[in-house]
Amino acid sequence: MLYKLSLKNIKKSIKDYAIYFFTLILGVAIFYVFNALDSQTVMMDVSSSTEELIDLMMTMLSSVSVFVSFILGFLIIYASRFLMKRRNKEFGVYLTLGMSKRKISLILFFETLFIGILSLIVGLGAGVLLSQLMSLVVANMFEANLTKFAFVFSTSACIKTIIYFSIMYLLVMIFNTLSVSKCKLIDLLNGAKTSEEIKLKNPYLCIAIFIISVIVLGRAYYIVTHDFLTLQKVTDIIKPIIMGAVSTFFIFWSLSGLILRIAMSIKKFYYKGLNSFTLRQFSSKINTTVFSTTIICLMLFITICLLSSCLTVKNSMNANIRKLAPADAMFTANMNMDKYYEKYRKYGYNDSQIKNSHYTAKEMFELFNFDITSYFKDYIEINTYATKNLTMNHTLGSKLDSIKTQFPFLAYDTMESIMKISDYNKVAKFYGIKEYSLNDDEYIIVADFKSMVSIRNVALKNGETINLFGHTLKPKYDSCQDGFLEMSSQHINTGLILVPDNVVDEEYLVQNHLIGNYKTTNREEITEIENNINKMDKDVKANDYLFPSGSTKLAIREATTGLSAMVTFIGLYLGVIFLISSAAILGLKELSESSDNKERFRMLRKIGTDENMINKALFRQIAIFFMLPLILALIHSVFGIMFAVKILEVFGNDQLLPSIITTAIFIVIIYGGYFLITYYCSKNIIKE
Amino acid sequence: MENILKVNKIEKYYGSRSSLTKAIDNLSFDVDKGEFVAIMGASGSGKTTLLNCISTIDHVTSGHIYVDGVDITKLKGNDLNKFRREELGFIFQDFNLLDTLTAYENIALALSIQGVKSEEIDKRVKRVAGELDIREILNKYPYQMSGGQKQRVASARAIITKPKLVLADEPTGALDSKSSRMLLERFNYLNEAMNATILMVTHDAFTASYASRVIFIKDGKIFKEIRKGRDSRKEFFDKIIDIVTLLGGDLNNAL
Repeated sequence: MLYKLSLKNIKKSIKDYAIYFFTLILGVAIFYVFNALDSQTVMMDVSSSTEELIDLMMTMLSSVSVFVSFILGFLIIYASRFLMKRRNKEFGVYLTLGMSKRKISLILFFETLFIGILSLIVGLGAGVLLSQLMSLVVANMFEANLTKFAFVFSTSACIKTIIYFSIMYLLVMIFNTLSVSKCKLIDLLNGAKTSEEIKLKNPYLCIAIFIISVIVLGRAYYIVTHDFLTLQKVTDIIKPIIMGAVSTFFIFWSLSGLILRIAMSIKKFYYKGLNSFTLRQFSSKINTTVFSTTIICLMLFITICLLSSCLTVKNSMNANIRKLAPADAMFTANMNMDKYYEKYRKYGYNDSQIKNSHYTAKEMFELFNFDITSYFKDYIEINTYATKNLTMNHTLGSKLDSIKTQFPFLAYDTMESIMKISDYNKVAKFYGIKEYSLNDDEYIIVADFKSMVSIRNVALKNGETINLFGHTLKPKYDSCQDGFLEMSSQHINTGLILVPDNVVDEEYLVQNHLIGNYKTTNREEITEIENNINKMDKDVKANDYLFPSGSTKLAIREATTGLSAMVTFIGLYLGVIFLISSAAILGLKELSESSDNKERFRMLRKIGTDENMINKALFRQIAIFFMLPLILALIHSVFGIMFAVKILEVFGNDQLLPSIITTAIFIVIIYGGYFLITYYCSKNIIKE
Repeated sequence: MENILKVNKIEKYYGSRSSLTKAIDNLSFDVDKGEFVAIMGASGSGKTTLLNCISTIDHVTSGHIYVDGVDITKLKGNDLNKFRREELGFIFQDFNLLDTLTAYENIALALSIQGVKSEEIDKRVKRVAGELDIREILNKYPYQMSGGQKQRVASARAIITKPKLVLADEPTGALDSKSSRMLLERFNYLNEAMNATILMVTHDAFTASYASRVIFIKDGKIFKEIRKGRDSRKEFFDKIIDIVTLLGGDLNNAL
């Protein structure tokens, strides 16, 4: 009997609360997909270094899952309590008929059980299907060819999903039982009747609070974007975040009072069609929904920032590799280490390594009986120089003191890397980047690390000359030029001083670089060559001779891929969960409003309102509720992203626009989808 | 006299062929311009169905209803809505005011959905509020008003569009006797001074005695029709009571 009653209740409400079931299913599916990532075929077939990264990624995703389950748990409990409230009258009737509270709890228990099982089954099914789609994304991420399609199913992820969601549903059951045992019959029966008092807020107070909130919010924006440098510690960011959150709440609070006032004063607008009705509907609700609107706004803000910055990192990394690691391999031998004996001893090199540091990289390879050049299609050899007489203290010249006060923590005593212009052009030609020319009394600084560039530009603009091996050189350009020597996945070149060839004293040679491209393009063969090279490091000879350090395109790519995959997946995971949670809360609220408003719409029909007019009013009403938090979240995001861009500067931000576009597409599809579903369901509800 | 409403041999059936209920059974009557007609009948007599058919909320099974010469049984979709908002005014037993709107806005809504300009709306709302004596409560919400005030606001909303016909469904059903009297006096005023045509459904003889003509319905047919003529309200009331007694049944109980 109870069992039948609960089944019937679900059947009855499944249409009204389709959005809730839909969200549950989506939640389960997403949970499964991200926990099943490691079972993707592409993931199985990667090198050992990437494997470690994938392990790391899965550990991170696991901990993120715990967080996600908290959010989903909150959403489910919120939604079910919300749905329960709407059924107060039904429970009241049960109680008056003599049903015990225990039995009502039992009905709810069965309902939750059915819904739980149903959503788990459907959600897991959807998750398994989505997971196949995800393999395309993964393949793209790891730049692997998805030649053969294989159906993947992760038992562990499946079990994990079931366990996590079972716990959530269990919590819901406990909550339901608690709230049933606490409720009073009189409240249950009369709950719907007590209509909320409509109070207009004091407009002057609203204006005052609005202005104050906007100022506080502006201040928070300013801190994260312009006063960026005052944020030294991680905890410093908490202050603007709290300022932002609190002012968001009060902006909504004051707006809820103001919008109606303003609209009412524009009589032409207010008394046009159903505008007065729509606006009253809106303001009667926003009084009670300021808090949830705030939460939704903040969640949307986090989603937008998270998605766009994660995608920027990922896109930039992939783009950077193409640009910043143009050659296959670069090996670097330290030379003349004995000149700075103390320093190198401190770094942990042994005596003989330091003493025997007079071989070029190529010679060193030969010493280890490894003919690296035979594997190369083409290669170049170049040198870099350094002297104690040319550090940042010198290059910054007269600007040193003012820069020092601004950035006290930079290592100003580090020797600058010096390159002959001809050597650099060799590299540039090999890399396919811009070459430079110099007069005998000029120098150029090439750098691509943004904050360093801006520091150096101060000195360059001032025309600071440098003294090098008895020559005085003046800057050719008044700013740093783009370029780099070390291959990397990021813009990390803090500065290379290019000087005329005849200036350089060979005595100060510190590093020799061998840069080459392999004959083979086969990934496995390259991996084998590099594995052999890596083994050299453990050779006995390596105790006496310092083996050249290498950085190869393949290694850089693998490291980046793992990192960018991690960033992307975590970003996507959290972003999507936040997005569906906030959209679902809004959708649920609006749907229940619609069933409350059924009577009002019926009245409108009775006095002869056109159906299109009613639909338009409904559409506007729902649109306002969906748009309001989104608009403020978008404004927040502009500044949030500006902040993120500064933090993620090393990755470069030329990929920002595509990431923002992708994020926008995500939001339009998910949030817009929820909006449309809400609208169509509401339309159904208010239909006669 | 000009006919505003002409009900011509209408029938309304409910249920399937096996268990047919005739809510209205071949019923005809006319209402002239400026008349105040009350329709009385016991519950189940078909009076609410009749009103629903005239107000186009329900459809007749057969027959025709003409409002100012237009056959409204032929109207469909948005034409129906247009007809309803431009030609008819409604007063319901439970007021049907929007609780989120003030009295002023509730009255204005009837005009704004017709696309009337806001300056015009303001003028007309103020005028009608004066006529119904609700000026002081224009800025109040329904929950701040008494039942009688609510019903007068609803009446203001019904007549502000200058409808050809005002339909009132048990307008005093939810009011105490004092409020009822006040409302009905307003109805008389609207009827006499503004020449509004009112068709009111009620089961209350006292309410009906304010009308100029009372049509009694029983089992979906017209049972009797009496006119006030030169009688005083008291005399008319006594006549109504006589017929109610004649009708017997639960109408007595309703008194």
